[in-house]
Amino acid sequence: MAIGGAVTPGRKAKWAIIDIIVVVYALVPVLWIVSLSFKTKDTLADGNFIPRDWTLQNYADIFATDEFIRPLINSLGISIIATLIAVVLGMMAAYAIARLDFPGKKALVGVSLLIAMFPQISLVTPLFNIERELGLFDTWPGLILPYITFALPLAIYTLSAFFREIPWELEKAAKMDGATPGQAFWKVIAPLAAPGVFTTAILVFIFCWNDFLFAISLTSTEASRTVPAALSFFTGTSQFEDPTGTISAAAVVITIPIILFVLFFQRRIVAGLTSGAVKG
Amino acid sequence: MAEIVLDKVTKRYPDGALAVSEMEIEIADGEFVILVGPSGCGKSTALNMIAGLEDISSGELRIDGSRANEKAPKDRDIAMVFQSYALYPHMSVRENMAFPLRLAKVADATVRSKVEEAAEILDLTQHLDRKPSNLSGGQRQRVAMGRAIVRSPKAFLMDEPLSNLDAKLRGQMRTSVSKLQRQLGTTTVYVTHDQTEAMTLGDRVVVLRGGIVQQIGSPQFLYDHPANLFVAGFIGSPSMNFVPATLEDGTLKSPLGTIPLTDRVRRLAEAADAPREVVAGIRPEHFEDAALLDDAHRHGGVSFSATVDVLESMGAEKYAYFSLEEDLATTAELEELAADAGAGDVPGGGSAVVARLAASSEAREGSPLDVWFDPDRIQLFDPAKGTNLTYSA
Repeated sequence: MAIGGAVTPGRKAKWAIIDIIVVVYALVPVLWIVSLSFKTKDTLADGNFIPRDWTLQNYADIFATDEFIRPLINSLGISIIATLIAVVLGMMAAYAIARLDFPGKKALVGVSLLIAMFPQISLVTPLFNIERELGLFDTWPGLILPYITFALPLAIYTLSAFFREIPWELEKAAKMDGATPGQAFWKVIAPLAAPGVFTTAILVFIFCWNDFLFAISLTSTEASRTVPAALSFFTGTSQFEDPTGTISAAAVVITIPIILFVLFFQRRIVAGLTSGAVKG
Repeated sequence: MAEIVLDKVTKRYPDGALAVSEMEIEIADGEFVILVGPSGCGKSTALNMIAGLEDISSGELRIDGSRANEKAPKDRDIAMVFQSYALYPHMSVRENMAFPLRLAKVADATVRSKVEEAAEILDLTQHLDRKPSNLSGGQRQRVAMGRAIVRSPKAFLMDEPLSNLDAKLRGQMRTSVSKLQRQLGTTTVYVTHDQTEAMTLGDRVVVLRGGIVQQIGSPQFLYDHPANLFVAGFIGSPSMNFVPATLEDGTLKSPLGTIPLTDRVRRLAEAADAPREVVAGIRPEHFEDAALLDDAHRHGGVSFSATVDVLESMGAEKYAYFSLEEDLATTAELEELAADAGAGDVPGGGSAVVARLAASSEAREGSPLDVWFDPDRIQLFDPAKGTNLTYSA
């Protein structure tokens, strides 16, 4: 409902226009890419928003080679594993920060903030050298590890805000009901923090999925190259051919998991999950 | 079922604050004990120590004869009902009540029958599949009780379980808590700041002040024989009236006039080596409108005349408030009680003497009234130490 006033037709129209402007502004580049991905090679540069000559050839091309499928598997695997680990570790750390009083708590929060602020580009060269020494270069763990490091501060921050909202008495009640601290956490606190966990999972997944900097610097072959990095290696069939069509098709394809991921988890982000726990 | 013994149990926080000091209580098997006192008196801390939610700094807690200081809450087999109910919002009523049994790995069929049995007792059967957020305050409270009773624990701990309910519901729940406890016969420790709950529910009441046990006894005993000013002022509603008085030649000079001491009072006061300056306490219900009494009755007591400031008619009785020329007695204990009751926020609150009169009294606001009382009912307190000089067990 509109705040502060009745919903008149005039107001409605005004809001409708603003909404349309925002949506168009946000979606035009995306639709442009979608449009390009359906164009044939000849009409690619004709400047038409709606393709005159529809084709699925670009999609067929990218799925015809390992050049795209292999990176897609890498992307999915690396992002999901990194998200999983970051969220689980983040949950435990955030819970400790929100609930417990331990020496070095302020330092932990400060350091994690520092990591989040650290310019990633300055770490690329050291990481490259370290990973080559350790044999992690161009492997899945070679990407998963830095992703976790940079996703953790985000996860800890988001999650500790959610944990703080959960009434502490619930945990005491669980303990009195015979739960070990672990059971109290996993059976009572974690389910209540679920909206926060899903929100964090979405943010971390998007971060890992979209990363280009580490992906291009710490990989060299299809063993671990993710889609954003692989896209930059796309070539046409000959060196005179422009790969715009296939790059567009790949860009559309890699957007789909993110949309699915968000849609899937958004339904779990139910506001007011803790209502009814305590009188308030 | 179990007996719980607190042996010099002390709670001292790392910052040095003393929450509970050398608390000694022996709670018998099946007994209903109330911990009562103003906010911050340590009653909840004491309960949390029995529960295992807070560590015991020194002293020993024994449950069923064995030391429980170091036992985790889950190993003490004690159920607790929280002031906020603390229901699990993501579980239905059934799951909430089954939770302790599931943790104890009880077989499914047993869980179902136990939950249904408890729901039956608490009249929750038709709500079993609802979520706590869809329940009323009274229903949530009953679910919290249900979660405590399903696993037949050794003892119940209740932390102001009724204080979030409205007055009418609180009255009803009070009766059902009392009935339930008697039906189950489980040892219960109940924390409250409501002295009506303290008077009506418990077998014994423990009055706490600043972490120190003031007195332990049956509600009626505490009411009749308070050990000190604090207990006298805390137990009873409206609370006991306190006036400064001077002991002189076998009489008591007070703002209520010169009161002859009865033999009983004099003997007790002498035995207690009473100082000259004392605080005299008399309960509102020990006053009566002198006009309602026959002559013979009147001679047995003392009368004084005062102007009624405010008259509250409750239907069955009337409360007359009148102010005296001299100030009422003030001591540290009484100030603490007044502060807890919020008297400081009300101008003139706590500075009036209250008398409970029969409904047939013709007292009127602004008119003088002859008030009668029995001098044998007077209790004398030491203003410095607060002890009851007329205490007799």
